[in-house]
Amino acid sequence: MTAETIIQSLASGLLMGLLYGLIAVGLALIFGLMDVVNFAHGEFLMIAMYATFFLFVFFAIDPLLSAPLVAAALFVFGAVVYLLIVRFAVRAKANAGMVQIFSTFGLAIVMRGLAQYFFTPDYRSVTHSWLGGKTVSIAGIYLPVPQLVGALVAIAAFGALYLFINRTDFGRALEATREDAGAVALVGIDKNKVFALGWGIGAALVGLAGAVMAIFFYIYPDVGASFALIAYVTVALGGFGSVFGAFAGGIIVGLVEATTAMLLPPSLKAVGIYAVYLLVVFVRPRGLFGSM
Amino acid sequence: MDTAFAERRRRDLIVACVLAAIAATVPLFVKDVYVQNIMVLTLMWGALSQSWNILSGYCGQISLGHALYFGLGAYTTALLFTKFGVLPWFGMLGGGVISALIAMALGYPCFRLRGHYFVIATIVIAEIGLLLFHNWDWAGAAMGIEIPARGDSWLKFQFPRSKLPYFYFALALACVAWFVTWWLEDSKWGYWWRAVKDNPEAAESLGVDVFNSKMGAAAVSAFLVAIGGSFYAQFVYFIDPESVMGFQFSLLMALPAVLGGIGTLWGPMLGAVILIPLTELTRSYVGGSGRGVDLIVYGGLIIAISLARPQGLIGLFSFKGLAGLFAPKRKEAVR
Repeated sequence: MTAETIIQSLASGLLMGLLYGLIAVGLALIFGLMDVVNFAHGEFLMIAMYATFFLFVFFAIDPLLSAPLVAAALFVFGAVVYLLIVRFAVRAKANAGMVQIFSTFGLAIVMRGLAQYFFTPDYRSVTHSWLGGKTVSIAGIYLPVPQLVGALVAIAAFGALYLFINRTDFGRALEATREDAGAVALVGIDKNKVFALGWGIGAALVGLAGAVMAIFFYIYPDVGASFALIAYVTVALGGFGSVFGAFAGGIIVGLVEATTAMLLPPSLKAVGIYAVYLLVVFVRPRGLFGSM
Repeated sequence: MDTAFAERRRRDLIVACVLAAIAATVPLFVKDVYVQNIMVLTLMWGALSQSWNILSGYCGQISLGHALYFGLGAYTTALLFTKFGVLPWFGMLGGGVISALIAMALGYPCFRLRGHYFVIATIVIAEIGLLLFHNWDWAGAAMGIEIPARGDSWLKFQFPRSKLPYFYFALALACVAWFVTWWLEDSKWGYWWRAVKDNPEAAESLGVDVFNSKMGAAAVSAFLVAIGGSFYAQFVYFIDPESVMGFQFSLLMALPAVLGGIGTLWGPMLGAVILIPLTELTRSYVGGSGRGVDLIVYGGLIIAISLARPQGLIGLFSFKGLAGLFAPKRKEAVR
């Protein structure tokens, strides 16, 4: 194995890692806001990918252009999921932890079932998009263009999220609710609106990721499952709820995956990610950047 | 000793015996193989969920990785039989012991984790197991293992021509899982588990050995689930990593308990009796080739139950529960 191939795979690992970060950040945002893990997060990704696919097939809108549309649609979807399901789940008086887990799990199963029913279990892909299949060479390293653009989108999204949280009233309300939801209610902020907004933004971010992923990944009803597990690991690595922990966690996961793929058979590349998760939480039970 | 509690336990035991006796006679009237198949699956999932409930319900450590133990049971039995000719009965026991030991080995680091960190660790560990079996050539890798048919025999636990022996074994397994739960409920362990579930810090300060009670629950739970996995391998004659260790098995073990009532004695069995026939019937009648209708049905059920009755359906089966359902709703006290 030459130094070149190592750099090559680490570079593509980094790009993938930034995308993992983008997939995971919505999960981290929602968790930080209200201590809820959305177990349907992978299915949010899945419908975003399907939305991109159908916009491409029926209206010939390239994924790059449809990405904002898909993100907007997911924003609405996320807010609706909060208002219809999660809002009631967090009020449960018995088995509170279980209710949270299983209500979003139930949603995941229903979404997967609906996708199988309406879209069939067939593998779909967006063919002949603007970026699909193109590569670019930077300093002798070949990088796939879709992943490169995906990584740039991820960085831009993190930048925008940073500005949003720190510079806007909504963002400040979000941050304040996450610190003390009770006090926020006292100053007249409607907690439900903030939570719905948080769910909307979280879903929009994973929608953005889905639109980019649709360019270079197969689309099928179970596609969310494997990415969801990676997203949980990413979020947990960064410390649940830490938005920028998710960013860092994504990069770590991408690099670990690339390294494992070099050392072990390709079918075992996920083992590296899982092993790193276990190692980290065994040493630091609250993740790398989580408060202890 | 609380006499009402002792009374309830005696009543539970009598009800269980009566139900088991009734269940045992059902195949005498129901000869349809398709229906018998559903009954076997219902009892098996009931038993599995009951076992899952010991760790996740009573002790409160939600595991979504029990497919690992199910798969280990199935693989131990199948491998010992096909490679070394060891009878499935020993394989079953061996699988149970191996699973219990592995559960404790994994519990050692995992039980320090809290909440979502623990849940995700269980999922991740089961996924690692799945990937390892996928790549383990000696164990058939992705191709899986076919268990050669050797004709009807209790010794080899094979009955190609009849579902009845499977039915009675599954019934026995369900009874054992129920009885173990019933027995543990009133033991030192049972009290420890509930204390650990409610408030581990308080339990610890009152002298409960939190760590070892979790280890005990994990071992019992994994042992019973592995027996179920071993049975499943004998029942379907063919196993591969996805079909015995896939994530859906972890979920399927949890769902009946969630539906019926987590951490209750009767919840898992009640949940299985509702869930399994319902999904099997939707699968065959509504969905044609499946096509996800079964998923929609039980996903919807799970959402509805967790939102409307987080304590599970079991509470409805007492007089108070039924009365409460029809009684006018009381307004919440005004603060």
